[in-house]
Amino acid sequence: MSYKMHILVCGGTGCRASASQHIMTRLEECLRDKNLEDEVQVIATGCFGFCEKGPIVKVMPDNTFYVQVKPEDAEEIVAEHIIKGRKVERLLYKDPERKAPVSDSKHMEFYKKQLRIALRNCGFINPENIDEYIARDGYSALAKCLTEMTPEEVIAEVKLSGLRGRGGAGFPTGTKWEFASKYKADQKYVVCNADEGDPGAFMDRSIMEGDPHSIVEAMAICGYSIGATKGLVYIRAEYPLAIHRLQVAIGQAKEYGLLGERIFGTDFCFDIEIRYGAGAFVCGEETALIHSMEGKRGEPTMKPPFPAESGYLNRPTNVNNVETFANIPVIITKGANWFNKIGTERSKGTKVFALAGKINNVGLIEVPMGTTLREVIYEIGGGIKNGKKFKAVQTGGPSGGCLTEKHLDVPIDFDNLVASGSMMGSGGMIVMDEDDCMVSVAKFYLDFTVEESCGKCTPCRVGNKRLHELLDKITEGKGTMEDLETLRNLSQVIKDTALCGLGQTSPNPVLSTLNNFYEEYVAHIRDHKCPAGKCKALLSFHIDPELCIGCGLCARNCPVDAIVGERKSPHFIDTGKCIKCGTCLEKCKFKAISTR
Amino acid sequence: MEKIKSLSDLKRIKEQVREKLDLREKSEQADRLVQIKVAMGTCGIASGSKETMSYFIDHLAENGVNAIVTQTGCMGYCYAEPTVEITKPGREPIVFGRVTPEKAAEIIEKYLKNDELVEGIIPANYQSIQ
Amino acid sequence: MSENVTLKIDNREVSVPKGTTVLEAARGMGIDIPTLCYMNLEDLCVKNAPASCRLCVVEVKGRRNLAPSCATRCENGMEVRTNTMRVLNARRTVMELILSDHPSDCLVCAKSGNCELQAAAIKLGIREIPFQGARSEYRVDLSPSIRRDMSKCVYCRRCETMCNEVQSVGALGAANRGFGAIVSPAFDLDLKDTECTFCGQCVAVCPVGALTEIDHTERLLRDLAAPGKTVIVQTAPAVRAALGEEFGLEPGTSVTGKMVAALRRLGFAKVFDTDFAADLTIMEEGTELLGRLNAFLGGDKEVKLPIITSCCPGWVNFYEKQFPDLLEYPSTARSPQQMFGSVAKTYWAEKMGIRREDLVVVSVMPCVAKKFECEREEFKTDGDPDVNYSITTRELAALIKRANIDFPQLPDEDFDAPLGESTGAGVIFGASGGVMEAALRTAYELQTGRTLDSVDFKQVRGMEGLKEATIEVNGVEVRVAVAHTLGNARRLMEALRAGECPYHAIEVMACPGGCIGGGGQPLHHGDSRRLKARAEALYAEDSGKRLRKSHENPYIIALYEEFMGKPMSEKAHHLLHTCYFNRGKEFVEQ
Repeated sequence: MSYKMHILVCGGTGCRASASQHIMTRLEECLRDKNLEDEVQVIATGCFGFCEKGPIVKVMPDNTFYVQVKPEDAEEIVAEHIIKGRKVERLLYKDPERKAPVSDSKHMEFYKKQLRIALRNCGFINPENIDEYIARDGYSALAKCLTEMTPEEVIAEVKLSGLRGRGGAGFPTGTKWEFASKYKADQKYVVCNADEGDPGAFMDRSIMEGDPHSIVEAMAICGYSIGATKGLVYIRAEYPLAIHRLQVAIGQAKEYGLLGERIFGTDFCFDIEIRYGAGAFVCGEETALIHSMEGKRGEPTMKPPFPAESGYLNRPTNVNNVETFANIPVIITKGANWFNKIGTERSKGTKVFALAGKINNVGLIEVPMGTTLREVIYEIGGGIKNGKKFKAVQTGGPSGGCLTEKHLDVPIDFDNLVASGSMMGSGGMIVMDEDDCMVSVAKFYLDFTVEESCGKCTPCRVGNKRLHELLDKITEGKGTMEDLETLRNLSQVIKDTALCGLGQTSPNPVLSTLNNFYEEYVAHIRDHKCPAGKCKALLSFHIDPELCIGCGLCARNCPVDAIVGERKSPHFIDTGKCIKCGTCLEKCKFKAISTR
Repeated sequence: MEKIKSLSDLKRIKEQVREKLDLREKSEQADRLVQIKVAMGTCGIASGSKETMSYFIDHLAENGVNAIVTQTGCMGYCYAEPTVEITKPGREPIVFGRVTPEKAAEIIEKYLKNDELVEGIIPANYQSIQ
Repeated sequence: MSENVTLKIDNREVSVPKGTTVLEAARGMGIDIPTLCYMNLEDLCVKNAPASCRLCVVEVKGRRNLAPSCATRCENGMEVRTNTMRVLNARRTVMELILSDHPSDCLVCAKSGNCELQAAAIKLGIREIPFQGARSEYRVDLSPSIRRDMSKCVYCRRCETMCNEVQSVGALGAANRGFGAIVSPAFDLDLKDTECTFCGQCVAVCPVGALTEIDHTERLLRDLAAPGKTVIVQTAPAVRAALGEEFGLEPGTSVTGKMVAALRRLGFAKVFDTDFAADLTIMEEGTELLGRLNAFLGGDKEVKLPIITSCCPGWVNFYEKQFPDLLEYPSTARSPQQMFGSVAKTYWAEKMGIRREDLVVVSVMPCVAKKFECEREEFKTDGDPDVNYSITTRELAALIKRANIDFPQLPDEDFDAPLGESTGAGVIFGASGGVMEAALRTAYELQTGRTLDSVDFKQVRGMEGLKEATIEVNGVEVRVAVAHTLGNARRLMEALRAGECPYHAIEVMACPGGCIGGGGQPLHHGDSRRLKARAEALYAEDSGKRLRKSHENPYIIALYEEFMGKPMSEKAHHLLHTCYFNRGKEFVEQ
């Protein structure tokens, strides 16, 4: 007896935080009440990506996509949709343009331009069921490698695919594997870098939560091609669900004999262990990651020697990031020549981005390389929130840069982003609108790098701190024009001299905002004004006597008694006393208070 | 759990588990498949629409028809239950009345496999949500 | 291995062995690239090249970023520029950054004039520090031997390398992140509450004033000026081989006579020599060695062999903390410093009719752990230490300068009798292998009754970390080992703990090269040739001596005749021997 219907409920971290487990329980209860438990199956999947609208529930086979579902909606879904075949219209996604409900996700702008390779199984299979992965061609790539291909052929295929590392720098994956394969050693290691650290980025977590077997399979393929029998996943301990799903996947793969001794009856053996990180950003840098796994302080060392020569326990080690690995099985099954048709000339395949910030459709998306920022922001992302004006988009996480209007039609790939003054990074994409102060944005990112610097080299330890202090000075209205020169020179020197990728890229937010928003810096310094009105020190609060009716609400709420005035006549703010807390602005019902 | 020791073991397991996901796979490409909606209002169920739906689900695959079978509410043709709406890709939906398992077999054989018309079509007069 | 690579540095072609770093190659050509964190004591296999200070960056054609020359290997066809505008600007900015987080109190800093940061700042022509902002400020941590003022730390982490990789002590390590990153004991404990042995190697390599010795010079000046006090001094063997460096003399210049003259001019009542006590140590320790060896040969299964030297206070601290289960192996003989103090405050004081409370015994040591040793309870009589305190070679140099003494122009003078007389055996205590060699000279002759043809046991000399030798004594093969640095000592002790130690006697010195490389010596600034030159000076002084075996020292013979009786006598036990304490953490396996 097979199920007539499947109800997929997102079991990713984001939707679970919004009680998706409860939704599942309620759906199961309602189905049991109607004696439908044998006809309708409820399945927890990985992330669907459309986190803005989570929790997501998808009913199949009619492919109905319900958004922002609450546990109490379960009954209606069962009674109406499952039993009567009537879609619950109020839970359908409404197209913001046409205001019409859209039931099939394929017809949503958010999904139309997406091409899901790395995320192919996320939101489709039950990640804790190896059979569902196998049904989706899972482990056939490993089987193909082990039984039909030599390690050299596997490497050649990965090279031919043009796949580049998705962790940040975009190093060609096949070439990396080739390096590691060339060194002879008694033991080699395959390491999966799951220390996702960019603020806002969660593609690696989603892949591990939604499709953990793809990582297991890819690591084994990598092990086969470089001659390693041990795999290590370095994952931050803050990812408990991803850890759990990986553990389940590794356990199931072992039970099936897809990990362990003599895989597919060949001489190849491979095992995977999980290592936990404490969530230091710098441990995403491969040498720091390796030191952390060795029990040493998580800080980078000079390359060369590269891990391919001397990595974990001084053995040849290949480190790839989660998303990179997730592409591998597909490349093997569908062929490098299928993969390398997707994307741009020097960046093949797709890239997953974590869309966030002032954008309508926050979520996880996967698009072919070469898609423009405009398509991502305006079509997939649904444009800027509340109809505001687009100002900038920060790509590449704290190491990236801010791109502007003039970059919107740049096809996204590794090289174009760098040429535009930013970088791919791990795929964070934060959209800013006219209300964002770019000096503050630069300061925000510096805050992060200052916090996350390991402190080993001078430029990063002291230089970033000084950059941050200079930015702070400017947002306080105390900057000088010379400070801008100092900022620029110091940023250049840090880029030029820092030891690892973290330090070398940390001035990027400063340089890109200096280049693209120079006048905003100047406004802070010369005019003592923050054009976006974000920098409190540069604000002053005023009451428009035309609009003020003298209700006195502002004066009563002012914590420092800075507002004076007779009842029923316009009030005034004593700017000397005012601490710029903004309470009056919030409280005024007549929009009489403004900032200048 | 049995061990997978060879490529053919993997293929065998894949065949076994594939049908579990078949429903979802098809649903992803619903536009390109035949859609069969069985009316499952009280009237439909009373006239045996459950058996009809099961018949479709169980016999489509063996006849080589790639279709999605879903249920729907009462279509309003209570006089002709069980009713079934069939949409071939790119065509207008057609509603068949009084679809017993025998009739279902005929629909599969004639309309779905050979594109021949079958008696018992009810003219459609409603629009459904996309 | 002798494969060469050819490259260009500042447009000059150079060919160097494969594996050479750009820094080494450039320095070989006379191009002096500034460094701060880098340190390489080649002969001792001590290297700190974390590539972290970024002062040594150079431009390598074709590379996106500047490369740290200390950690960039030379490659064929490389084109390196060490002084382009880009490099100089980067270097200056990096230096300004370091200085922006450094107290600018050079005028009153212990390291002023001897500070690598200061030297580099001068070389780079820094005239102002354009960056203002937060400063790292930390409490000053004082221990009996070492002063830690981390506000001055530049995070080169040489100390961490010495403490962990060379000494295997692990008292210091990097803590915290980013701007707050600091080298510190775990949990910010005081150094005295950690595994620290006070070996002082962290002090020896610190480029700035963050790690310095506890300074006793003021105290000494006050004592010298105090009426009614007799202040006498003893000088350790290694001091004379290095003190001259502080006055611009070539490393390896032996300045024994000038040192004695300077000490006299400083006002010491008597200038004695720790070498005398070194000879005494050999009498006691040599006798103990023979006692244990003969007992073992006589079939005593309980006897603890190997016997291990106990002269080095850093080493004693190390095994009390790390190997408290093996406390019965080291010789019970006190260190020469303490034997001297004990003899001075009993035998000599009685002889001179000086009351103990009026006598101040000061030692000049190449060592900072000796300061801690002076404070040990077991070396006090009614609360009065046998050696009141010790100063380092560096402190002595500072005192000489303060006293307006023109050191290089001083005449050579002799030590006072009787505690100033020593043999060559006492002199070589200052170099790794010296104690063992001295012990062999005496033990051999005492055991066999024969005179050695040659007193030189060259197998135990030199800079190798672990040296071993087999000496035939009366038909018995005596196997000895010599280790310097605590890391090497740990290997021997772990073998001993595992029951796999084939030696009869072991000498351990905590510092690289022995006392000549001590934590109280003039700073070597990463130049291991200095250490070698100091050792050579000691061996030269030894071979120039008339008497070269401890048991031939006439004053030692007199001491036993007049006072101690014989080696290992009850009186000797009381005055010249000690016992050890378990100062390990509870988790040490027993």
